[in-house]
Amino acid sequence: MQDNNKKRIVIIGATSAIAEHCARLWVKDTCVDVTLVARNAEKAERVAADLRVRSPQSIIRVLEANFIAPLAIQTLVDEIVAVGIVHTVLIAHGSLPDQDVCQQDLTAGHEALLVNGISPVLFAEAFAGHMEKAKLGTLAIIGSVAGDRGRKSNYVYGAAKGLVTRYAQGLQHRLANTGVKVVLIKPGPTDTPMTAHLKQQGGFAKVEDVAKVIVNAINQGKPVVYAPAKWALIMMIIRHLPSFVFNKLNI
Amino acid sequence: MVAVSSWGRLGCFEHEVVALSDRHQVVSQLKSNPIGIAHGMGRSYGDVCLNPNGMLWKTTGLDRFISLDENSGNLVCEAGVLLRDIQRFVIARGWILPVTPGTQLVTVGGAIANDVHGKNHHGSGSFGDHVNWLKLTRTDGSIIECGPELLPDWFTATVGGFGLTGVITEVEIQLRRVTGPWLSTETIAYGNLNEFFQLADVSEADWEHTVSWIDCAAKGGRGLFMRANPTDSIEHQMPKARKLTMPFVPPISLINKLTLRPFNTAYFNLKRQQASRSVAHYESFFYPLDNLLEWNRMYGPKGFYQYQCVVPRSVGHDAVQAMLKEISRSGEGSFLAVLKTFGNRQALGMMSFPQPGVTLALDFPNLGERTLKLFERLDTIVREAGGRLYLAKDARMPRDLFEAGYPRLAEFLKYRDPGISSALSRRLIGN
Repeated sequence: MQDNNKKRIVIIGATSAIAEHCARLWVKDTCVDVTLVARNAEKAERVAADLRVRSPQSIIRVLEANFIAPLAIQTLVDEIVAVGIVHTVLIAHGSLPDQDVCQQDLTAGHEALLVNGISPVLFAEAFAGHMEKAKLGTLAIIGSVAGDRGRKSNYVYGAAKGLVTRYAQGLQHRLANTGVKVVLIKPGPTDTPMTAHLKQQGGFAKVEDVAKVIVNAINQGKPVVYAPAKWALIMMIIRHLPSFVFNKLNI
Repeated sequence: MVAVSSWGRLGCFEHEVVALSDRHQVVSQLKSNPIGIAHGMGRSYGDVCLNPNGMLWKTTGLDRFISLDENSGNLVCEAGVLLRDIQRFVIARGWILPVTPGTQLVTVGGAIANDVHGKNHHGSGSFGDHVNWLKLTRTDGSIIECGPELLPDWFTATVGGFGLTGVITEVEIQLRRVTGPWLSTETIAYGNLNEFFQLADVSEADWEHTVSWIDCAAKGGRGLFMRANPTDSIEHQMPKARKLTMPFVPPISLINKLTLRPFNTAYFNLKRQQASRSVAHYESFFYPLDNLLEWNRMYGPKGFYQYQCVVPRSVGHDAVQAMLKEISRSGEGSFLAVLKTFGNRQALGMMSFPQPGVTLALDFPNLGERTLKLFERLDTIVREAGGRLYLAKDARMPRDLFEAGYPRLAEFLKYRDPGISSALSRRLIGN
């Protein structure tokens, strides 16, 4: 099943624009073995077809998955790992909820917390055990600048991403003395189909640029990376603003 | 709502933006939405890609390749793929896009809807000439697949149809074989329009690409004629990808009465003295401005117009001479001015811009009424010469000039999608 010469990459949430652009970078220069995991296999097949055109020698696999049920996640990850050693995992799924709707409707809030917080953590946990045993690999999770400090305009999403941040910290601590690297990526607002409806022209990062930052961070095994880098400074200021100032901001 | 402007930055308008990213969902997305227009990179200059207070279907998420036949050079892709991404991908495999405009930061769908042309029009026609088929999604939920042989009437309405016949979702392009990314180029100074036309005539047979920069501040029509052919040369270094960004919008246009004349004169004299033959990478020859990101900001907060016309060859010399006289007298205009002959071929699209003759394209900082008055004088010359203006660049042409320049309008309107409308279509067609 496995071609030992090819680096094996697994992408959870492979139809997200950021993940898709990371995959394009991975197949660009080398032949890789990529497994695309998505909620909708038909959509993921279109991503796969594109990657196959870009890199006919790479192996591109597609798996459809339930992103919520813990047992299904465990089974899926076990099956992926059974095929052969995984070198890189990118957990990229998420969906931007409408904060107002989440405030009115607990079901929407519940869904947002599950998809953006619980689900990525469960995927990471399922891979972490295997990677710890194999003593190698890089596990990258996409968080968000929104997870750094709760804001009225999207704190439900922010809370889920905050959960991911704290989880990644703990996992980094646990795996510190193994060969496994854990990378937490915090993108700022990025120009993707998920954000097209709220974008003011010009302010958002290009998805290609964010993908480049992510792929570099994974290569270097950096523990935390903001994408683009300027958000590290912006969020440091935002995190440290005293409440009496912060609460006056309309952000 | 999202504030969107086109490349000319003449205004910023609120739009409801819906991202198209899954080509199989476009049908349901169009059906459930009110009247809109497809919008790719927004690199057209005027209002052809705008629909203020209405819907924009953003196509840049439709950016996947579907297949590439490396033997025949047939590339199938989604319509939001950028020409840049095609070029960079296929050139390493021995292929190149047969036609590209002066920027590669446009989508395939936009290139077809505006039936863009390049420096090789005399040999290769416009973009639509190299499309084998395309898929058009209509707002009534139907999907039309058409090409030069398959439903050719739908195809010729859609090529150059400025987005009004439906949303293009998938395309097959016939690529051209190429040995590498290099071009051998030659630059020759000309002192007047007669010299320009002579150069154009002798170059068309032996040179694949021809174009010229013209000094619009000088009455006589002096400029620099550039021509290029692909070369097998491999000894050259890749140009450094140095990207600069115009970092802010200056309070007034940097191109104005004080700067234009000295700048043009200096540029002309500098280039005239430099070695005329060299080898250039295709990116720096075809897309010289693509490394200066957001260069459109240099015209200041009021934005700019581009005026691009084509006039028949028989009256070309006199018409261009008359236009240059008007422009030079007004003191308006810009460094960015291009004069090029088109090949002797009719374009495929009913509403395509290229026609046999000579095309003049110039940027003008927006100085309000003054600039518009100058355009009216230029319109008179174009109208008299039997020419037309390019819709992809236009933000202001009068309806009578549009109707005179595009005689197949009535035929074209039969293929229009009633669920699609743009600021341009309302301005020039009424709905």
